[in-house]
Amino acid sequence: MPIDVKIKKGLKLNLKGEAENSIEQAQKTKTVALRPSNFHSLVPKMVLKEGAKMKAGDEVLFSKYSDKTRIVSPVSGTLKEIKRGAKRKILEIIIEADDEIQYKDFGVLNPLEADSPAVRDRIFSTGLGIFLNQRPYDIPANADDTPKAIYISAYDTSPLTASFEVILKGKIDFFQNGINALTKLTGGSVYLGVDKESASFLKDIENVELISISGPHPAGNVGTLIHETQPMNRGEVVWTIRPEDVAIIGEQFKTGKYNAERTVAVTGQAAANRKYFKTLIGAEVSSILKDFEPNSRIISGSVLTGEKVESDGHLNYFSNTLTVIPEGDKHRMFGWVPFKDNNIHSASKTSLSWLFPKKKYEVNTNLNGEERALVVTGEMEEVMPLDILPMQLLKACMAGDIEKMENLGIYEVVPEDFALVEYTNTSKIEAQDIIRNGLDIMITEVG
Amino acid sequence: MNWIRQKIDKIKEPFEPGQKLEKYRPAINALDTFLFVPDHTTKKGSHIRDAVDLKRTMITVVLALIPALIFGMWNAGYQHFNQLGETPAFLEAFLHGAYKIVPMIVVSYAVGLGLEFAFAIMRGHEVNEGYLVTGLLIPMIMPVDIPLWMVALSVIFAVLIGKEAFGGTGMNILNPALTARAFAFFAYPTYMSGNKIWVSEASTVDSISGETILGSLAANKEVAYNAAEMFTGVIPGSISETSTLCIIAGALLLVLTKVADWRIILSGVIGAAAMGLLLNALPSMGVEGNGLTNFAWYNHLIVGGFAFGIVFMATDPVSAAQTMKGKWIYGALIGLTAILIRTLNPAYPEGIMLSILLLNVFAPTIDHYVIEGNIKKRKKRLEMKSVKTA
Repeated sequence: MPIDVKIKKGLKLNLKGEAENSIEQAQKTKTVALRPSNFHSLVPKMVLKEGAKMKAGDEVLFSKYSDKTRIVSPVSGTLKEIKRGAKRKILEIIIEADDEIQYKDFGVLNPLEADSPAVRDRIFSTGLGIFLNQRPYDIPANADDTPKAIYISAYDTSPLTASFEVILKGKIDFFQNGINALTKLTGGSVYLGVDKESASFLKDIENVELISISGPHPAGNVGTLIHETQPMNRGEVVWTIRPEDVAIIGEQFKTGKYNAERTVAVTGQAAANRKYFKTLIGAEVSSILKDFEPNSRIISGSVLTGEKVESDGHLNYFSNTLTVIPEGDKHRMFGWVPFKDNNIHSASKTSLSWLFPKKKYEVNTNLNGEERALVVTGEMEEVMPLDILPMQLLKACMAGDIEKMENLGIYEVVPEDFALVEYTNTSKIEAQDIIRNGLDIMITEVG
Repeated sequence: MNWIRQKIDKIKEPFEPGQKLEKYRPAINALDTFLFVPDHTTKKGSHIRDAVDLKRTMITVVLALIPALIFGMWNAGYQHFNQLGETPAFLEAFLHGAYKIVPMIVVSYAVGLGLEFAFAIMRGHEVNEGYLVTGLLIPMIMPVDIPLWMVALSVIFAVLIGKEAFGGTGMNILNPALTARAFAFFAYPTYMSGNKIWVSEASTVDSISGETILGSLAANKEVAYNAAEMFTGVIPGSISETSTLCIIAGALLLVLTKVADWRIILSGVIGAAAMGLLLNALPSMGVEGNGLTNFAWYNHLIVGGFAFGIVFMATDPVSAAQTMKGKWIYGALIGLTAILIRTLNPAYPEGIMLSILLLNVFAPTIDHYVIEGNIKKRKKRLEMKSVKTA
């Protein structure tokens, strides 16, 4: 029997510009990029120098503080450029891809037959460990930890995002094999969250504790699943991983090849050709996005949590969605008048948009106001299904009060859990950034 | 609209960063953002944002105050002419009231917004919209004949000591509008309480009595008004607090738009009704009571400033309790203490102002215990786990 996770608090955002359910092979990407900033707190040490040749699966860099946290190349080719910023900080590593990808052979390993240390060593020594994310703190998993559980959410409830049923179609054996490998990493269970409503093939996956999810966003966030099944306590470690990365792990165990294929949904009202594209981790944005309206924001990821990228830039390492929405850099006359401009979505009742719950809204990046002191209370609680006092926790983070943050449950949250708070709050505060800073304080002060 | 925009951008040029009037940017921005929602875009995190902002929220409160304000203007005139034995036309009464009240609003906004702008420029932040509500509330809860300089002084006290001393909007402990009223109440008691101030020109014209219902009850006199008059508000009192009907209209807007928390209003009414019922029951318990304790509990809800206070002042999110459970406790205690002060303290025939200010002070304490509850749950979970593993 699957565990039921049903939440009521939250917000289902209906936005225009969903991708149609068809997959197309993307144009071959000429380069791929690895951005250390995609792995929070990772301080990169380069293994390869500019001009070095590599195969797909060759180690490119590792973490200065843990040499088992490695990032390997998604393609075979040449290390073209290491882009650096202030104090020679590495911003981006650009790899020029060969025409035909050469794979490093890691050999076949059946995770069900191998013992735990062998599986663990395989995952972390071949760079697959970077797909695992640690809670608390939302940072790359530490290879020496044994997490109390591993959580996977195969149901993305945030608006305009890819469906894992489309992405994982045809990869289900690899996905199962990846799950089998993950079970060897934890003393507890591997949890898999799926959409309760769909009759998905994902419900037949074995060796997992199945969670059926229902309710508005953030029902599908791993944070919600963890909180509803076994909430985090101080001193505990849980790992999370994205479903497509589980399939990559499974494939690497089965074939010995590191196949960094990423199926990316192009969504958003400003993108023309909205469908799924098969490309590579860190691929060029232009390989999947050709046609879009001028003056648009291109987001690698969802509108709530994604990373802003340029049209000649590269995808975020983890994202399976590329959202394109218009920039909102326009003035709006008397836009503050209550019940005016009802075509802009608002969770607040000071707009009439709540009368049309089915309507799909157009969005842009306008802030719809200016940042103000925190005045309105109660609105954050409406979109926070976790047993957390959101405003009090945010204030504790702003004040850098470690004891208070710990008491109010900082270990149970990551920035994405506050995405809706950030979207709906009247004072326009950057809630995700505040939580991120709070977590960073905890990392340095508590560890 | 484009040419207006271009004109404004032209006017704003000397205020841009690096230009000589840069310091005064918050002031010009405050004016500009009233015409146009700015073209600011999100930087990171959530790339899209809700349409609501603090301006919209505050303007909704101002809208909710309009029925009570208009009625207050009419009633000020009506009470004046009625006590002179005349029956004024609507417009005549309204204009008499407006003539007295509009200058108070102008003074309140001019002085208060002047201070807000000055602080914004001094501290280099944008002007917060909170004063739009405070500035209207202050005249609405004053007696109609209060001199304008007293309004100005009360505003200065409320903004400086009540708000900015604590760090500005969002940081204040006490409701600023009530702080203004409390200042006037204790600094100029002859203008803020008694029998001669509640009807326009009562202090100068002998035939006008100008006593409120609570005032007559406190003096153990007969009340000359029936419940319908108390509910509609055709009675003497502070400018806009008399009409429970108009206040309910405002309350509906606030509750439906979720700008004010219904929990505070509902628990406040329940608290006041409970205290009223208890006091009404005193004679049956062998205690004699007084005119106020024997005043029917439902009448307590519709006379005096109770309705206005619980709807528009107690729900001020900054000075109220901020947790959900806390709001229930906070509202109920306001209701209880308001009627308690009203009936049992002979010095103050009305208690809502002091009870809200009192609970404003205790709101952080109430929140503290609610938050402790959340923390305890977390600690208990941790203990359970260590017991299991041990």
